[in-house]
This record gives sequence, C-alpha cells and structure tokens, in this order.
Amino acid sequence: MSKLLPFVRRSGSTAPDQNAGTKRMSSSEKFISIEGIARRYPAPGGKQTTIFENLWLPMRRGEFVCMIGHSGCGKTTVLNILAGLEAPSEGVVIVDGKAIEGTSLDRAVIFQGHALLPWRTVLGNVAYAVSSRWRKAPKAEVEERAKKAIATVGLAGSEHKRPSELSGGMKQRVGIARALSIDPKILLMDEPFSALDALTRGTLQDEVRRICVETGQTVFMITHDVDEAIYLADRIVLMTNGPEAKVAEIVENPLPKDRDRTQLHHAPGYYAIRNHLIDFLVTRSKTMRDAMPASYDPRHPSVVRPSLSEADAAAIGSEPPAKRA
Amino acid sequence: MRSSLRLRAGLLSLAIFAAFLLLWQVAVGGIAKTEAMDPEYAALMGQSATTGKSAMPGPLDVGATIWKHLKDPFYDRGPNDKGIGIQLGYSIGRVALGYLLAVAVAIPIGFMIGMSPLMSQALDPYIQILKPVSPLAWMPLALYTIKDSSLSAIFVIFICSIWPMLINTVFGVASTRREWLNVARTLEVGPVRRAFTVILPAAAPTILTGMRISIGIAWLVIVAAEMLVGGTGIGYFVWNEWNNLSITNVITSILVIGLVGMVLDQMLARAQRLVTFPE
Ligand SMILES: Nc1ncnc2c1ncn2[C@@H]1O[C@H](COP(=O)(O)OP(=O)(O)OP(=O)(O)O)[C@@H](O)[C@H]1O
Ligand SMILES: [Mg+2]
Repeated sequence: MSKLLPFVRRSGSTAPDQNAGTKRMSSSEKFISIEGIARRYPAPGGKQTTIFENLWLPMRRGEFVCMIGHSGCGKTTVLNILAGLEAPSEGVVIVDGKAIEGTSLDRAVIFQGHALLPWRTVLGNVAYAVSSRWRKAPKAEVEERAKKAIATVGLAGSEHKRPSELSGGMKQRVGIARALSIDPKILLMDEPFSALDALTRGTLQDEVRRICVETGQTVFMITHDVDEAIYLADRIVLMTNGPEAKVAEIVENPLPKDRDRTQLHHAPGYYAIRNHLIDFLVTRSKTMRDAMPASYDPRHPSVVRPSLSEADAAAIGSEPPAKRA
Repeated sequence: MRSSLRLRAGLLSLAIFAAFLLLWQVAVGGIAKTEAMDPEYAALMGQSATTGKSAMPGPLDVGATIWKHLKDPFYDRGPNDKGIGIQLGYSIGRVALGYLLAVAVAIPIGFMIGMSPLMSQALDPYIQILKPVSPLAWMPLALYTIKDSSLSAIFVIFICSIWPMLINTVFGVASTRREWLNVARTLEVGPVRRAFTVILPAAAPTILTGMRISIGIAWLVIVAAEMLVGGTGIGYFVWNEWNNLSITNVITSILVIGLVGMVLDQMLARAQRLVTFPE
C-alpha cells in the first residue's frame, strides 16, 4: 500500500467498482434522495447569496449518515430542508418515492438546543409528541408509550420533572425520547451532543447508536466532532466552506458495524479515516472550495473508502489493544 | 437571616407608621388652637368647622370614621348616602365588567395580530395613535353615543384596559420561540392546537403582565370616571364627601381605594406566577 495514498480513491463517475460499498447507489436503494437542492437568501443590493446549490445526496434505508463542515456552510439548512421546516430555493428531496412537502411525523428532528417546552414536564413533552402522532389514542396509551420512550433513554423516574430541573444531558435525552416516541422512519439530528461534556456525550452516543441499530433507523446527523462521526456513521458527507458550499466527497466508514466506542482508536482503519477527516477540515475544505478538481461532478461526488494505512498498521503492531485495555 | 430581615422590616414599618400618626396628630392639634374662624364661614362649613378644631381631622377622627364604616359598610339611605361597601361594590363591578370585556377583545385580537406580520403592520398606526389618549377623553363620546352614565364608565374602563393587554399579547405571541414552533410543525400539530398548546403557554407570562398593568390603570381611571359621571361608586363617594367637606371620609376613601388596588394587583401577580415557567 502506498504511503502517499492511503486511501482507495474513486471518482464516482469513473472507475468500475468491485467494492459493493462504494458502488453508485441504484435508484431502488435510495430511501432518501436529495436532488439538486439550492438555498439562496436575498443579499443587499438586490443580489442573492447562494448558501449552496446543486446539492445531491442519496441515502439508503437504515443508513447512518453524518455531515461535517465548517460553521456557516449550510448544514442546518440542509437538515431543515430534509425536515420540511424550510423549502429549498431549487430542487427536491424525495423520501420513499415521494417529494416532501412540509414537515412530517415520519421524520423526527432532534434539535440542537433540545427545544423542550419548558412549561411541560418530561412526560408532558414526550406525551405531546405521542398524542400528535396518535391523535385518537386514549390518554393511558399515550402515557404508556411516552414512559416507554423515556425509559429507553434512561430517564425513568424523572417523568414529572420540568426541563428546568434537568441537566443539559438529561434535556438532550428528553429530546431524543420525544423523537423516538413517535416511531419515525427517519431521524434528523442537528449537533445533538455539541453542548455536552465529553462523558455525557459518550454515554448518549452509545445510547443513540444502540437505539438506531436496534430500530434500524435511517439517520442524518450534523456534527463537528470527527470521532463522533467515525463512531456513529456509515457514511460521512464532507462539505466545503461556504458560501456556495459543495459536497466535497463522501467518506465510507471502513470500521465494522459492530463498534466499541472505548476501543475505537485501536480499530484498524481508525487513524486513516480520522486523519483524512481532519485533513479535510483543516485544509481541503477551503482549498477545494477555491478550486474544485476538474473531474468534480456535483451529482456524484467522489466516494472515498479509507483502508488500513501505514499509521494504523504501525499503531496496531506496537500497541496491541489488549495491552492498553 | 431572611426571616430576621423580614422581622426588622416589619418593625421599621410599624415604627414609621407610629411616627407618622404622631406627627399628624401634633400637626392637626397645633393648628387648631391658633386658628380663629370667620363665624359666617364657620356657619357655612357646618359642624365640622364649629367644633373649634381644625377642619383637617386628626388620626383619631379618621380612625373613628373607619370604624363607623367598618361596622356598617352596606347601608343605603337614598342616593347621596350609601355605605362605603356599596360604593366600592359599584366601582369593582364596573371595573370587572369593563376589564373582562377588554380581556375578551384584546387577547383574541392580540393573538391574530401577533401571528400575522401583515396585520401587525397594518394595525400598528391605529394602536400607536389610540394608546396614548387619556381614557377620560372618550367620556363625552361615550356619553353621547351610549347615553347612560354607568355604561359610559364601563366603556371608559374597557378602552383604557385594552391597550396594555393588546400590546403585550401581540408581543408575547410574536416572540414565541421559533424552536418551539418548529417542534409543533415537525409534529404536524394543526393551527388551533398549536395556538393553545404552544403559543398561549409561551405568551402567557407576557399576557399576564399586560393584564396586571391594565387592572392597575383601570382602578386608577374608575375613580376619575365616577367623579365625572356621578351617581354611584367610590369616585363619586369621594367627590360627594368633598362637597360635604367630610375630610375624614375622603381620607378613609383614599385608604380603601389603595387597599382594593393592592388586592387586585396581588390577584394578578398570583395568576402571573402560576403561568410563568422557569427556563
Ligand atoms: N435568514 C437568513 N438570512 C440570510 N442568511 C441566512 C439566513 N439563515 C441562514 N443564513 C446563512 O446561511 C448560511 C448557512 O447557515 P446554517 O445555519 O445552515 O449553517 P451551519 O452549517 O449549520 O453552521 P453551524 O455549524 O454554525 O451551525 C450561513 O452563512 C448563514 O449566514
Ligand atoms: Mg447549524
């Protein structure tokens, strides 16, 4: 394996693929398909600022996709369009074969600032979502479902507390419980853990991962945390800096589906993907915006699948996980 | 620590009150000795002047009057001689009617305006112009159109209570947090349910603040309005007692008006605490 090119790099539009993972997604595989969306805001002087345009991104059913990019590149805007809270200036988003129009109970959002209703208790907040989903359900059933969701995120016993009596991590859990309680098909998360301390973040990541694997959720998540993306995602979407941000490339996570957060840094391929992501954030997110490669095709950004690099091999050879653990 | 502060504050209050009473008594008693009154004028003034003391009553006289009112607040001896309780009842009734009418109008309209930027901008000039008008300026118009003095007073209360509530409702509704509205939207909550389950609770503290300001203004205005329209009510009572030169009754009324105003304010303060949510 070459030292200079630790990755198998394939431009989606060329290169015949052997690897099933990096093959271009067939239309029957696409559960969500973002098709050429743009978002523009009016700028002073009658002009328009383009946050992003011609953005394409397909997602499979049950896939966990993370989006990484610098502040202001339009990640929240993409998520809001997926949620139906905002309409794209151009293009469409197709979910399960239908173009989305507005919000839907099938797509649950976990908001960055937890967005709990402060005048309701924990139970009241979750029950509000449940009763919106099943409008005619009797009260007892609503409460039962809500309590189940609250227990899933480990908050059983705090049902009657108000949000102001909860810690930041607990509030975020209530937000997760509220999203899960309505049995969504798609989970949209906007930096759900960024305001939390490392320890709480770790436990919540474990919980979200367990829940998503168990329920086969399709997830779109925005994060600033490279390790979080590596731990949770199947694919990581890299955005160049804004304005006029683009999907620079899509990184396929080479780590096995079965991951252990605490042993993540010993997994083969970990350093390769981590270095790749950090390199992107530090330099290429800017250089690529200024000069996209000639072969760049917005419909099919290159798909990168990092494999075992020299760094990984060295790390594993000298420090076997067993010794450290 | 806190209870001792409270105790000390209470004691200080009592001390101030005692000192005030003493000063009052001395001041009134002091003048009375030196003042000689024109006998004709004294005759005009009736018995309050002929007692030889100052026309300004001392705390003991006021105390006696208060006691007299407390013993029998609800007597009714014709149109010019009703118990203070009855007069207060009239005033509270008018305030309650005008105020509740204003609540019923201001809050739904405020909701409508607050939810629609178009309405908000379209109606803003009217609100801005009508808000600073003294409610008593409406009185002639009310008397002319309604042709009933008691109803006119209620109308004046209505018109003066409406603005703070309207403005606060508009503001509270318009500043409902976007993220709470987005929660409702992602849950596909319909507009009516959203209004009652998200916007109303979110705006309630602001609305209650407006309602509290309104009740204060209404209670200020009712005294003036009743002085103008006459007939019944605590405002009329004050004016009537002034005409009778019964300063003790006037002072008693001032105290009673203050007390009722405080009770009204406290009632709304309590309601406000009920709907306020900690964040
Ligand atoms: N209402 C608006 N009017 C004009 N520009 C806007 C508006 N809302 C967002 N923008 C612009 O759109 C761009 C993308 O915003 P967005 O919130 O999607 O960024 P983001 O990638 O989520 O950033 P962060 O990581 O900081 O959350 C920003 O540059 C912002 O200035
Ligand atoms: Mg954002």
